[in-house]
Amino acid sequence: MNIVVLIKQVPGTDNVKMDPETGVMIRSGKDTIINPLDENALAEAVRIKNSRDDVKLTAISMGPESAMKALKEAVAMGADAGILLSGRVFAGSDTIATGRALSAAIKKLGQVDLIICGERATDGETGQTGAMIAEFLDIPVQTYVSALEVKDNSVIVKRTVEGGFEYVEVPFPVLVTVNKDINEPGFPTLDGKLKAKQVEIPVWGNEELGLDKSVLGLGGSPTRVVKVFSPKLSRDTIMRKADGTTGPVDELIQFLTGKEVL
Amino acid sequence: MPTMDLSNYKGVFVIGEQRDGKIHSVTYELLTRGRALADDLGCQLSCVLLGDEIENVQEVIYRGADKVFHIKSPALKNFLPRPYRNAICRLVEEEKPEIIVAAATTTGRTIMPLVAARLNTGLTADCTELTIDPETRILLQTRPAIGGNIMATIKTPNHRPQMATVRPKSAKPAPADPTRTGEIIVKEYDGAVFMTPEKFLRFVKDTTQQVNIEDADIIVAGGKGMKSAEGFRLVEELAEVLGAGVGATRDAVELGWTTYPHQIGLSGKTVSPKLYIALGLSGKIQHMAGMQTSEVIVAINKDPEAQIFKVADFGIVGDVFEVVPMLIEAIKKIKATA
Ligand SMILES: Cc1cc2nc3c(=O)[nH]c(=O)nc-3n(C[C@H](O)[C@H](O)[C@H](O)COP(=O)(O)OP(=O)(O)OC[C@H]3O[C@@H](n4cnc5c(N)ncnc54)[C@H](O)[C@@H]3O)c2cc1C
Ligand SMILES: Cc1cc2nc3c(=O)[nH]c(=O)nc-3n(C[C@H](O)[C@H](O)[C@H](O)COP(=O)(O)OP(=O)(O)OC[C@H]3O[C@@H](n4cnc5c(N)ncnc54)[C@H](O)[C@@H]3O)c2cc1C
Repeated sequence: MNIVVLIKQVPGTDNVKMDPETGVMIRSGKDTIINPLDENALAEAVRIKNSRDDVKLTAISMGPESAMKALKEAVAMGADAGILLSGRVFAGSDTIATGRALSAAIKKLGQVDLIICGERATDGETGQTGAMIAEFLDIPVQTYVSALEVKDNSVIVKRTVEGGFEYVEVPFPVLVTVNKDINEPGFPTLDGKLKAKQVEIPVWGNEELGLDKSVLGLGGSPTRVVKVFSPKLSRDTIMRKADGTTGPVDELIQFLTGKEVL
Repeated sequence: MPTMDLSNYKGVFVIGEQRDGKIHSVTYELLTRGRALADDLGCQLSCVLLGDEIENVQEVIYRGADKVFHIKSPALKNFLPRPYRNAICRLVEEEKPEIIVAAATTTGRTIMPLVAARLNTGLTADCTELTIDPETRILLQTRPAIGGNIMATIKTPNHRPQMATVRPKSAKPAPADPTRTGEIIVKEYDGAVFMTPEKFLRFVKDTTQQVNIEDADIIVAGGKGMKSAEGFRLVEELAEVLGAGVGATRDAVELGWTTYPHQIGLSGKTVSPKLYIALGLSGKIQHMAGMQTSEVIVAINKDPEAQIFKVADFGIVGDVFEVVPMLIEAIKKIKATA
């Protein structure tokens, strides 16, 4: 059984800078982490791998050279192999171009039974990439998965949706996107750390994928960022200090009644 | 870059939602959005409903649609990505809308990427604002990203349809106007459209989610400043007298004072109630990402420098254990006389 986990490297702090001209994130390469939900995706794949003896688990990431670090971590946590898609031709990809490149990499691996993604990444936060990859591979997708049971030829997933849970059965091959309720993320093992030191992680460019260049990177992205700005957070605040009397509370009530929210 | 004749695409589509044949209110929020866009463009607004029998379809016209396409099949009763994708793509090929808007719900956020990828067009996620550029007539889509730290305006200049999901609760449903008229078209496609290897097994209601705080008009939220599980009861008490939902910061959830379904923020829920009362919470960016679009924000915190005051409309600097009991009493008094 072949399992692929897709891993995005994201900034580790909330101090992300944007290039005001191009609207592209400025990544320093320092202080990056595996997208938290991708750690859940990985932990789920490792759990499945440990429950049977025929699993090959490959982690794939698209990003700058520095994303190698995320793939090494994935190997330390139990992946057998890693592949990094990197190069200028992928720069500026929106989710369509990202989905196209990642799906082409998966296709190159041959028969893949299960692909696991995070539900969304903490930087771009679109939550679109997983489903788009499934579409480009023309395989079914199940999203918002909070429990996953592997059967002989299928998976049964539990989806967390508004107001409840849906249970769906899908035969392989299938792509699932997971949320944080699915498991507790794993840790690097001693064995894994050793393996991570030795493992060769190939870097693929478009030479390996062989896609028409016009569908990749910024040029292959239907969306354009027009502008990026800071949200206007501040409001005109009426401030009162508690003084032991009911004065401030009475004023608050009056204010709320005036706004017709009580 | 493939070029396409953009002028062949006309009209605005919104993708409505139903469960058990009842139209979900998020559909009416989408109609408010769609109506504004269609009026700016001077074109028709159509609402797509997928399902089997659906009650009260006329309501969709009353709330702003010019046309309803009800794609009808027992296979669409429950949500499965493939039949939904196939049906929507088929209708889009027939009707060629220039804009498609869906809700950023678990359904909308699943189906829209599939449709966009199949049609090779752009999709913008989780928008809080949609406008038409008066010069180019292109859809400008504004969305928060990176945990609410930035806003980005995004467009899809050379592909059609232009596609976006919008945050639930970011627009108000228009009141129903029974004098509005429009056309309801039932589409019954051949079985092949609905074929899928996926099998829907069952839906189970989440009984722990008794207050669905995303739907609450008022939310009272507490943070670490509530000091203990017992202290947090004060948050629940105020919520009770107001008939409000209870929210919490991640710290309050991690301390076990309430449960995860109540967490608001980046790794919890996004809410946009009419009134948000923040008690003993500092207003870290990850919390604000989930509540800053609330209509009116009230904060009570003993630290005058607390960030939450920056987004508050009304702030009281003081001890929650002194101020909140007074507030509860005052509200009880109003409710008694009302
Ligand atoms: C401010 C801003 C706003 C943006 N808005 C949009 C938009 O509205 N529409 C749009 O099409 N693009 C948008 N983009 C571009 C988008 O962020 C990128 O295309 C990005 O590659 C996808 O990132 P995401 O964070 O949205 O991923 P998500 O779709 O949220 O990621 C979901 C999962 O997909 C997998 N995955 C995603 N990216 C990778 C990767 N590079 N390598 C391996 N696995 C991956 C992971 O498993 C991840 O958990 C925006 C970018 C920025 C900076
Ligand atoms: C990736 C990531 C995701 C996160 N996701 C979330 C999320 O979804 N939701 C979330 O909330 N947080 C989230 N956080 C955590 C967030 O950064 C903050 O740590 C958290 O919101 C702080 O919670 P708090 O305001 O309750 O606590 P604190 O920041 O400790 O604030 C307590 C406040 O109470 C006030 N106070 C104390 N005693 C009293 C009193 N007697 N009367 C009045 N006021 C008093 C203090 O002045 C202080 O302002 C996330 C963090 C990260 C890194």
